[in-house]
Amino acid sequence: MSTALLPVTLSMLCAGMAGIFLVLGVLVLGVYALNKFFSGK
Amino acid sequence: MQFLQTFAGLFANFGNLTWQMVVMWVIGGLLIYLAIAKKMEPSLLLPMGFGAILVNLPLSGAITQGTTVGPISALFDAGMSNELFPLLLFIGIGAMIDFGPLLEKPWLMLFGAAAQFGIFVTLVLAGLFFDLPDAASIAVIGAADGPTAIFVANTLGSKYLGAIMVAAYSYMALVPIVQPPVIRLCTTKKERLIRMPYQKGSVSKTTKILFPIVVTMLAGLVAPASVALVGFLMFGNLLRECGVLNALSETAQNVLANLITIVLGLTVAGQMTADKFVRPDTLLILALGLVAFIFDTAGGVFFAKLLNLFLPEGKKINPMIGAAGISAFPMSGRVVNQMGLAEDNQNFLLMYSISVNVSGQIASVIAGGLILTLMSSCV
Repeated sequence: MSTALLPVTLSMLCAGMAGIFLVLGVLVLGVYALNKFFSGK
Repeated sequence: MQFLQTFAGLFANFGNLTWQMVVMWVIGGLLIYLAIAKKMEPSLLLPMGFGAILVNLPLSGAITQGTTVGPISALFDAGMSNELFPLLLFIGIGAMIDFGPLLEKPWLMLFGAAAQFGIFVTLVLAGLFFDLPDAASIAVIGAADGPTAIFVANTLGSKYLGAIMVAAYSYMALVPIVQPPVIRLCTTKKERLIRMPYQKGSVSKTTKILFPIVVTMLAGLVAPASVALVGFLMFGNLLRECGVLNALSETAQNVLANLITIVLGLTVAGQMTADKFVRPDTLLILALGLVAFIFDTAGGVFFAKLLNLFLPEGKKINPMIGAAGISAFPMSGRVVNQMGLAEDNQNFLLMYSISVNVSGQIASVIAGGLILTLMSSCV
């Protein structure tokens, strides 16, 4: 057992969660926009 | 005498048998039993179980021995080392998914993001025991998505592919056992009783067609390593939604997906040779896989509880739906619905839980791509 990778993996945890919320957050906004522009088409 | 020596030669291979191979026969038999008797992911566990026995016969001709190339090793080189099989399977999976209910309520996608928490927590824990590429590969068990786990583990060159696959598919099948206690532990009775009436919205055909294209472009821009994964999944979905390629869509959903599934299970089993599998590391990987599923579930539930802090009474979310944000489709969505009905037989959460479950499929693929992108920037 080694804690040598901890700084890297902890930063990946933060960056990864931020990244996935960023991508899906933008996607949510994108889908709202698509729904608005193309409603009924 | 000569006859006896010649006859004994027929059994010479028994001398090459090791106890580790016998352990793998038992594991193979167990996988076949779970597939047939318990109906746990039979399409994958059965080929994997049979393959585990096939490749663990002494000097098995199914895998490469010396300079003689075995068919399973050839399949691995042809479709796994270049990630072709999981990607082709993704076309079929994409063609099977109806994103319609999710597109009606796009905000549900955020639960898919929250439920990938287990991947990154497991990455931290696995980093204590394994090197970074193996830790990242093990963490992706938490994607609850077999092809993504194969893709990432292969891309990162993990030597634990067999154990990762067994863990990923086993826990996906065990979702009805793993998730409910975690959900109960993370929620109060009052929260589990929250009703969420469903009002059907409408989604245009144009939106359904543009969605897979937008997702591919967005994921490709942020996490270029994920573009093959996301792209093939979304291509399958585009075949489904475009409305002019029904024959191709049906072929992708049935023939292509079934064909790839057959060879995928056998090919993965090629990595389950005794020397690679019967090690203490395998037990650790199985334990870390369980941790990943637990934290995925908790991540989704706590995200819903967090949102509830800001939502007025009457608009609160039943936090159980957050747990459906893992990719194990449709098991997780059904589990949450059943738990809701068990608490209150008039509380139908199915449309929400299935939509969240579908969002988990997108999120898990993107999470896999993010892991690859982060790895390329870290190493």
